[in-house]
Amino acid sequence: MSINRHINVLDYTLQSLLRRKFKNAGIVLVFSFVIFITGSILFLTYSFKREAFLILNSSPELLVQRMMAGRHELIPVTIAGEIKRIPGVAKVEPRYWGYYYDSLVKANYTILSSADPISANNRLLKGRLPFADEHNTVAIGRGISEARFIGPGSGISLQGADGGYHDLKVVGVFEADSELLTSDLIVLNQTDIIKLFGIPEGMATDLAVDVHNENEAPVIARKIREYFPDTRPILRDEIIRTYDAVFGWRSGLILTLFAGALVAFIILAWDKATGLSADEKKEIGILKAIGWETSDILEMKFWEGFVISVSSFLIGIISAHLHVFFWGASLFGPALKGWSVIYPDFRLVPFINPYQIATLMTLTVIPYIASTIIPSWKASVTDPDEVMRG
Amino acid sequence: MRKSYSFFIFIAVCLVIISGLAARSTIEVSGFRDAANDLREITAALKLTDICFSSDARYTRHPAQADLFSAFQDYPGSIEHFPSGSVVSPPDFITLDTKILVRNR
Repeated sequence: MSINRHINVLDYTLQSLLRRKFKNAGIVLVFSFVIFITGSILFLTYSFKREAFLILNSSPELLVQRMMAGRHELIPVTIAGEIKRIPGVAKVEPRYWGYYYDSLVKANYTILSSADPISANNRLLKGRLPFADEHNTVAIGRGISEARFIGPGSGISLQGADGGYHDLKVVGVFEADSELLTSDLIVLNQTDIIKLFGIPEGMATDLAVDVHNENEAPVIARKIREYFPDTRPILRDEIIRTYDAVFGWRSGLILTLFAGALVAFIILAWDKATGLSADEKKEIGILKAIGWETSDILEMKFWEGFVISVSSFLIGIISAHLHVFFWGASLFGPALKGWSVIYPDFRLVPFINPYQIATLMTLTVIPYIASTIIPSWKASVTDPDEVMRG
Repeated sequence: MRKSYSFFIFIAVCLVIISGLAARSTIEVSGFRDAANDLREITAALKLTDICFSSDARYTRHPAQADLFSAFQDYPGSIEHFPSGSVVSPPDFITLDTKILVRNR
């Protein structure tokens, strides 16, 4: 059996598809769109998850928040000493952080104190962080720098809890490559943040706990909960798991919006699978009458499904890649950014999971080819005369 | 030219584009692994816990530290104020100690 025979069948199939070009172009368009949306969601969420996992692996091993009336409250720093006495705890440090609404640009900032210095070789910080003993200096995120048109050497004025304005000098700006982490940050030294927010003496926002052995962290968290029932320990694993859930398949809005298109496609595929049009039946009848075997007809139908589904898959998956990794997921971006004024440009690192693409291909291409072949098989085993008469 | 050849050329062009994109992805990912060291240093020094992908509400800026009921800010079933809240699911409740002990009297 020569390869030329198969190519001839493919030639005939393509000619046959071109005869119904509007119908088939419509199917390719809808099919490509379904692959494009599904592929975009898979690329976006997987890339987010991988980036979050790699970055947040350096988050504090354990955080201790104080809860009061079901809400996050300031925690007394004296607790740190008692937590330090729990076996396995290496270090307990208070964290000072909070939110600041800037009415000038209508944006929320995250303000936090710097505890440890960053090495001078760090390429993601232009300038430096404020020194521990240096007052009224800040390092800011790229988003704030762009929203307020300020850079290293400029000043920024923030209204404190006492109503007065605190003039701060910018000594560092986080570079664009760290935007996903630092876009809305203002980093101050500890004394300045306490003064700005009017945090009562001896209180902190929460406590960061380092443990000697990471495997013991859940046990230490349980002990902290026992000793201080009004606290809520948050493990690093839980932080990472939260991002797994946030960017997981439960990305509700996008999938809900997409559900309509998916249902439309399923109806289209079902319509094709449950029966052939009168024209298609007639075509099969004529082909049988002029000497085509059942196997030839099945091959023709296989090629028909293959041409449509593989073309759509390739178009859809290439468009999805370009959409997410070249155009920053511009279709989903507005939903993710919400009403934020300061948000990072989604310059995502193209982490790709080949398993996900293979699954997507298996779930779309193979069922479509099957839905094209099965009804044709029914028609092709029937007597040509009967098929042509309908 | 035979139609089948046009189809094969189309498939080949798509595969070449995909290979190009895959190669570019590999290069970018290895570049990111270098930059990730700097990112991890910033995360550790500032003790950061969350990704800044949306800053419109506390629970979308810091999903990992939000109140346990924070997806429904005021009460369960309240109208969602922020579009990003729709894509941020509530925190994982697996950590809640919700065991109910039933004792025989």
